[in-house]
Amino acid sequence: MEKFKTLKAIVAPMDRANVDTDAIIPKQFLKSIKRSGFGPNLFDEWRYLDHGEPGMDNSQRPLNPEFVLNKQRFQGAKILIARENFGCGSSREHAPWALEDYGFRVIIAPSYADIFFNNCFKNGILPIVLDADTVDGLFKAVNEQEGYELTVDLEKQIIIKPDGSEISFDVDEFRKHCLINGLDDIGLTLQHVDDIKAYEEKRKQVTPWLFG
Amino acid sequence: MAGKTLYDKLWQQHEVRDNGDGTSLIYIDRQLVHEVTSPQAFEGLRLAGRKPWRVDANLATPDHNVPTTDRDKGIADPVSRLQVETLDQNCTDFGITEFAMDDIRQGIVHVIGPEQGATLPGMTVVCGDSHTSTHGAFGALAFGIGTSEVEHVLATQCLIQKKSKSMLISVDGQVGEGITAKDIVLAIIGRIGTAGGTGYAIEFGGDAIKALSIEGRMTLCNMAIEAGARAGMVAVDDKTIEYVKGRPYAPKGDEWQQAVSAWQDLVSDADADFDQVIHLDATTIQPQVTWGTSPEMVVGIDARVPNPASFSDPVKQEGAQAALKYMGLEADTPINEIKVDKVFIGSCTNSRIEDLRAAADIAKGRKVADNIKIAMVVPGSGLVKQQAEQEGLDKVFVEAGFEWREPGCSMCLAMNADRLEAGERCASTSNRNFEGRQGQGGRTHLVSPAMAAAAAVTGHFVDVRELN
Ligand code: SF4
Repeated sequence: MEKFKTLKAIVAPMDRANVDTDAIIPKQFLKSIKRSGFGPNLFDEWRYLDHGEPGMDNSQRPLNPEFVLNKQRFQGAKILIARENFGCGSSREHAPWALEDYGFRVIIAPSYADIFFNNCFKNGILPIVLDADTVDGLFKAVNEQEGYELTVDLEKQIIIKPDGSEISFDVDEFRKHCLINGLDDIGLTLQHVDDIKAYEEKRKQVTPWLFG
Repeated sequence: MAGKTLYDKLWQQHEVRDNGDGTSLIYIDRQLVHEVTSPQAFEGLRLAGRKPWRVDANLATPDHNVPTTDRDKGIADPVSRLQVETLDQNCTDFGITEFAMDDIRQGIVHVIGPEQGATLPGMTVVCGDSHTSTHGAFGALAFGIGTSEVEHVLATQCLIQKKSKSMLISVDGQVGEGITAKDIVLAIIGRIGTAGGTGYAIEFGGDAIKALSIEGRMTLCNMAIEAGARAGMVAVDDKTIEYVKGRPYAPKGDEWQQAVSAWQDLVSDADADFDQVIHLDATTIQPQVTWGTSPEMVVGIDARVPNPASFSDPVKQEGAQAALKYMGLEADTPINEIKVDKVFIGSCTNSRIEDLRAAADIAKGRKVADNIKIAMVVPGSGLVKQQAEQEGLDKVFVEAGFEWREPGCSMCLAMNADRLEAGERCASTSNRNFEGRQGQGGRTHLVSPAMAAAAAVTGHFVDVRELN
């Protein structure tokens, strides 16, 4: 996993509540057995005017000029601001894979669906929770000012606005540690092999039917 | 000191270690595996040179991509076929039990786990699928995970988790005639919203829940995720134990006795403290129909499509406007005047034998209306299909003009050939009415199996109680 420390980037606004994982990456792209290459199909149904299927040459497809990520001013954005309950719906990790493949490393929203939130950290994306009013303020600023950029400093847990003012945010210690160091959870858990084995021995006595 | 909730008990029984940073290492008793969210996990395992920690804790089946017609011809779409073949190969390579496409036990993961007794009370159950909450119906801690976590469970039999807050949703009193678990859960989501349960593990309780069959409780817990909660659960009672008894993976002999006595404790203590308690009056619940593009956009059959102006919250107002536009509906239209084009009875929410019986009861002696392009019934597993055929339900459906299909996810998410065309309106017993869920531009209304069958035979939504 790629390490995350600080990021300064253009911000794109996704101004809808309850953006679900079917919208982030429609199901036909879930047929892939790979972990990469989902970026061109991020928000596929909103982004293109035709119907997308795996294997199409996306560079030849008609773009929806109304869709926010297709606007010139948001090209190269790496930070996405969104509304309540972002990422609701399925557990598909293809959603953060698509966001990451497209280039997003930070999402800022008032709330997220649990599984999606969790999946982001495992893929080097930092999902930040800010209160609805603060997020609303960011939406206004992004819409008013072309090329609006934010700096996100994970170590200090602050977002720095173009005028130098700061917004602080919370993040779980463990998740922060993993993101900053690019650590993989499995490696960490395998440091506790003895604990797992001891637990299994104990459970085999109490609930033998769980060990076939 | 206050007593423990069911969730507290399940958590404590599975805590391998407290990591001291707000997370714990939690032991996983059962992992269900399907073709969509597992290939990258197996690939990760291979790349790292790791082996599954406990092969016998995993059970696999393909469900999302499998065709529901002409099974013997295989899968036509090469991309879908490769995904299913990849699952077959991974299960062979790693020695994991798989009910492959031609096995009678194949079906939707959340149907086959309980059917086989592979889901047991007191277990932790995970799957790379958000509707894993279904298995909470057995007094189990069951939740959906992402692919990285699937790999984590394969490699370590554990997950790093943060304990959720606890919520009790008590449905008090009894529901009226013709009201099902699906109506109860849609009414709950209508009340608390699709994010109402975010960060919580929900326990469903109250007399109306106690009165539900185990299959009804599965329908209920299945949609806990639609209320934002990763896990939903119902306490163990005699019905739970009766349901599990004799199933292939259930304990036998002495171990059965031992298990039953352990399972009796899988209830919240009378003096347990929940972080939040919500009461719902069962007697007021009507048959539910969703009108929008989120499960919380739901009303009773006797209501009208809401007017966006009636929402005070501007975000909700805009959401309602966008939903009506997508759904092609006018505000204030009576729900029972909405005509449908297709009917789908199936999915992990409503494809079990009781669901099919309820739908067949309505279909019996009636005909699918002329304006319905297709009404299909997709059993949740090969064994559900077999049981239904033994009861003659397939004939009832076919005589009424429904299509009787092979088991799988089918038009719940339209990864196979079953889907809605743009603009088509569907009465569906599945769990998500998101834009494009059942096919790009398709319009989904979530209902119970009986309500779906009623829409099929009348051509529009109708109060199923008028047909009984
Ligand atoms: S039936 Fe639908 S919701 Fe259930 S597992 Fe299949 S696709 Fe998911």
